[in-house]
Parts: sequence; structure tokens; C-alpha cells
Amino acid sequence: MTTVFFLIFALTAIGAAVAMIFQRNPVYSCLCLVLAFFALAGLYVLLGAPFIAAIQIIVYAGAIMVLFLFVIMLLNLSAEERERPKRPRFLPFAVAVGGLLLLELALVFRRAPLLGMPAGQSETSVEEIGLKLFTDYIYPFELSSVLILAAIIGAVMLAKRKI
Amino acid sequence: MSPWVPLLVMMLIGLGFGVVNIIASNFLGPRHPTAKKNMPYECGIEPIGNARIRFSVKFYVITMLFILFDMEAVFVYPWAVVYKQLARSGLFVFMEMALYLAIIFAGFVYVWKKGALNWED
Amino acid sequence: MIELLIIAVKCLVVFTAALLGVPFMVWFERKVVAHMQMRLGPMYVGPHGVLQPFADAIKLMFKEDFLPPQANKVVYYLAPVLGMTTAVLAFSVIPFGPQTNLFGLLKEPIPLQVTDLNIGLLIIFSATAMGVYGIVLAGWSSNSKYPLLGALRSTAQMASYELSLGLSTVSILMLAGSLSLNEIVNAQAGLYWGFIPRWFVFQSPTGFAAFLLYFICGVAETNRAPFDLPEAETELVAGFHTEYSSMKFAMFFMAEYVNMIAVSAIATTLFLGGWHGWGAGGDTSYGWVIGLGWFVAKVISLLFVYVWLRATLPRLRYDQLMAFGWKFLFPASLVTILATALWISRQVS
Repeated sequence: MTTVFFLIFALTAIGAAVAMIFQRNPVYSCLCLVLAFFALAGLYVLLGAPFIAAIQIIVYAGAIMVLFLFVIMLLNLSAEERERPKRPRFLPFAVAVGGLLLLELALVFRRAPLLGMPAGQSETSVEEIGLKLFTDYIYPFELSSVLILAAIIGAVMLAKRKI
Repeated sequence: MSPWVPLLVMMLIGLGFGVVNIIASNFLGPRHPTAKKNMPYECGIEPIGNARIRFSVKFYVITMLFILFDMEAVFVYPWAVVYKQLARSGLFVFMEMALYLAIIFAGFVYVWKKGALNWED
Repeated sequence: MIELLIIAVKCLVVFTAALLGVPFMVWFERKVVAHMQMRLGPMYVGPHGVLQPFADAIKLMFKEDFLPPQANKVVYYLAPVLGMTTAVLAFSVIPFGPQTNLFGLLKEPIPLQVTDLNIGLLIIFSATAMGVYGIVLAGWSSNSKYPLLGALRSTAQMASYELSLGLSTVSILMLAGSLSLNEIVNAQAGLYWGFIPRWFVFQSPTGFAAFLLYFICGVAETNRAPFDLPEAETELVAGFHTEYSSMKFAMFFMAEYVNMIAVSAIATTLFLGGWHGWGAGGDTSYGWVIGLGWFVAKVISLLFVYVWLRATLPRLRYDQLMAFGWKFLFPASLVTILATALWISRQVS
């Protein structure tokens, strides 16, 4: 049963991600990404991490993707502007960044035996996360507030540079 | 059976209901399009330009701030769930969140003073 | 197999109940507003016009299924379906009553709840967060100015109030120590000194403030008066669904009413003791009926407040609305959280 659901969610995630890249209309791309996030949330549930799944939906699908939609609507590229540029100027740069990420991934896989790790043995409850986060991982937690503070200031500076 | 299955079933029922409704109204209702009816509705006046207009950047700022404060809220939920347990051993767990919220609140005050929350300039 | 059947039946029953709540709510709203304005409201279709909403629904079904040629078709059809689906999703985790074997019909008692998830409340927030898509996609895909402006306003409004909506429930989580709605309801059983119910509104001095914050945010989240800016008809015609007709319009309409019922049901569950009340639960064979009755009665009282607000308060201006959400509700919910935390640590130490 779990395997069936895993296959459904995994294939949806991959399919939606690929469709996102090949969509010409940016709004469709955005919707495909939302679908991919949904499938990911399903995978998190299968892995026994329902809290992460809910956060995935609330923060990524419900907040960040809405911002993406807004930006797409704000720019409002008409059909002509959306045509693929003749010479992809950023191609070398994109290949470089992509290659770097691939290298990083390969290194991670070499170091950590991810493939043999058991997953989804038992469900991690919010309580366990809370107890860990607010006793053992208290410094990272407090530091994350500084990160959010920086992001808040950045957001205001970006949009309201004139003041 | 997993307690998540009913959630999936509910989602499917909702989607199914929506799709059936759309198909049904396709068959039940008449369709008499005319040139005037097909115009975008602008209170009976000929539409001026199209709807792909650029709108105020403020909507964008509000959404961005929403994401950031939403992330802060995400950390508050696990804290709230374990608060009663941890509060037995003193005020430390309270101070943790108070400090965290104070740092975020500094950002909020900055946003307020910068006028990003004012709709009118 | 039998398990799957029970799930399917439960889901269908809850879904149908949520949908049937819509005509009731429409009738209730029209009647209450009418009487508050010294009118009679609908009177002709059925006794005191109870069948009026059904007549309206049938009329809508046979209306022209209009498709604006400038619209983006796929998204235009997708938007109302999304709006409807996310609206009913909240009902899948709300407990409507205690366990029941339906007067001995079933061997094993079943809970009057579709599913009890450990993170139940977060499921509701997820559904609320996804509810934005129906609106923003409707506005964008119509390719017309009024829907676009309505959708933008809606989204910014919902985003602003969703924040305080989430934070206002944190006090409850602290008191209950769980995100499961079943446990939240069960933590509210019993009475203080034999007569005050142990509802979360009464369990801490900040309970009522949290409840008020939640309900105000809930009203704004469902785009109802006095926060019904997105469809301010004098400015924006019908807002995001201006270009929608027939059942597609009806689905947005139903979603709005289902959302209102959902907000009231969640408020009942979180703050007003859920199905707990005099005579509810227990070992008697009819205890679950009383529990369900309490739940419905509490939800209807909150829906009455919705209608009352609509009949009483004038609409806010958009800048007032945003200022209220960000400059008052957000700091107020943070203060409520810290105050509740201090009170709890005094209690436990």
C-alpha cells in the first residue's frame, strides 16, 4: 500500500517538476511547482514527518508560491516578450551553477550512506520536534530569528529604496 | 489503515464534485454568445486597454512580509505544544521564545517605521 | 475493505452536511438581516422562504454557462474547483461529537470525526493557505480588470489576516499541549465549581482575547462584512468572480459559505468546548446526539454573530483594513501568546 502511494507521489513530483520547466506560460509553471510541493508533502507523510509536510504546504505552497504568482502577475509578460531568446546568454552560467550543485550532491552521497538508511520507521510527532528544538538546538533556533530579521529588513529595502 | 487516507478521499470528493458541477452546467445551461456579451465587463462601457496592467508594488511587499512572519509562526507551534512540559523546570523556555519574538518584533518595528505598512503614501 | 467503506461513507456524509449547510446559512442570513432591518425577507418559496436558496440553486444550474473569450480557459475552470475543495477540507479533521455506535447499529463504536490526525490544526491552516489560490487564479484567468483588482485585494487581505489567525490559536495549543483537535476538545471537558464549563475561553484570563482575535481574523479571512473589501460592489462590481456565471459562480458562492461554517466550527472546537455540554457523551445511547446538538448549536450561534456583524457594521476602507490587520491584530496576538505563557508557567510552578 505504502509502495503504491510512494510511486504515485514520487512520479507526480517528478512529472510536475519536469512540466514546470517545459511550460511556456509562467503561471502554469507556478501551478506545476505547487503540485510538485503537494506530492513532496505526501512523501513527507509517508516518511513519518507530518509536521514537515504541513509546513511544506503552509509555507511553500501557501505563502511562497503566492508571492511567485504575484511577481509573475506584476511583471505581466505578454505573449511576445515570452518568446524564447535566440541566443541563450546565460547558458554557460547556468551550466556552471548546475554542475556545481551536481558535484555537491555527489559529495553528499559519497560521504553519507543515504541509500541504506531506514526511513519512516515511526512517526516523529510535533512534541518530539519541540522538545529537541527547545532544549538541544536552542542556539540554531534563536539564530534563525536573526536570519528572519535580516530578511525582513532586506524585503523592505528592496521594495522601498526611496525612503 | 493510515489516518491520512480519509484526507485524500475528502480531497477527491471535493475535486470530483467541482468537476461534475462544471460538466453539468456545460450541458444544462444555454449558450448564446454575442460580441457585446463577450467583452470584459467594465460596467457597460467599452473596455479600455486590457487587464494585463501593472499594479502597486505594495501587494508584493505585503506578501513578502507575510512569508517572513509566517516562518516565525511556524516555529511558535512546536514551542506551544511542549510549553507546559518545559515550563515546569522554570522560566527558561519562556525567555527563549520571548527573546526570539523580541528579535522578530524589532524587524516589525523597523517595517512599521519605514512606512511599509502604510497603504497611502 | 469494510474500513474503506466506513471512510467513504463518513467523508460523503460530512461533505453533504457541509454543502447542505450552505442553503441553510443563506436562508438564515437573509432572514436575520431582514428582521434586523424590519423587513420579512424571503416568504414565498416554502414556509417562511426556507426553500428559497434551493430555488436559487436550481435557477443557477440552468443559467448560461458563460466563458469569456479572453479568459485563460484551463485556469478559469480550475479556480472554482480549487476554491470548493479547499473549503470542505477543514471539515475532515473537526470532531463533531463523541464516539457512537449509532443506537447499536454498529458493533464497534466509531468517532464522529472523519480522521483524527496528530497535526489536525495544521491541516486546517494548510487548507486555509491553499484557499488563496482559488481567488487569485480566478482573478488572473478572467483577464478583466475588476476581477484582477478584487483578487489582488483578497490575496493581500487573506495573507495579512492569516498570520494573526494562526498566532491567535497558539494560546490554545499551549493549554492543550497538542495539535490534535480531538485532544483539544477533550481537554475542555468538565466544569469549574460545578457550573462554569472548562472551555478554553474560560481556562485562562487571555482565553477570551484569543477567541476575539481568532474570530475577527476568521471574518476577515472569509471576506465577510465588515472586511468584504474584495467584493465591495460599489467599487469592484463582484470582485474576483465578476466574469463567472452559472455553477462556476455558484461554487465560489458555496465555498464562501462553507468557509464561514468552517471558521465557526473551528472556533467552537478550539475555544467553546467543541461538542462538550450538559448531557453530551457519557455511556448513554443518545449521548452522542446531545453532543452533536451542542456542537451545531454553538456553530449556529457563531454564524449568527457573522450575520449580526454584517447587519451592523459599515465596510472598512482598504488602508484601514490593512492597518488594522498589521498594526493592531498582529502585535495583539503576540502579546496574547506571551501573556498566556506567563500565566501557564505560574500555574505549573
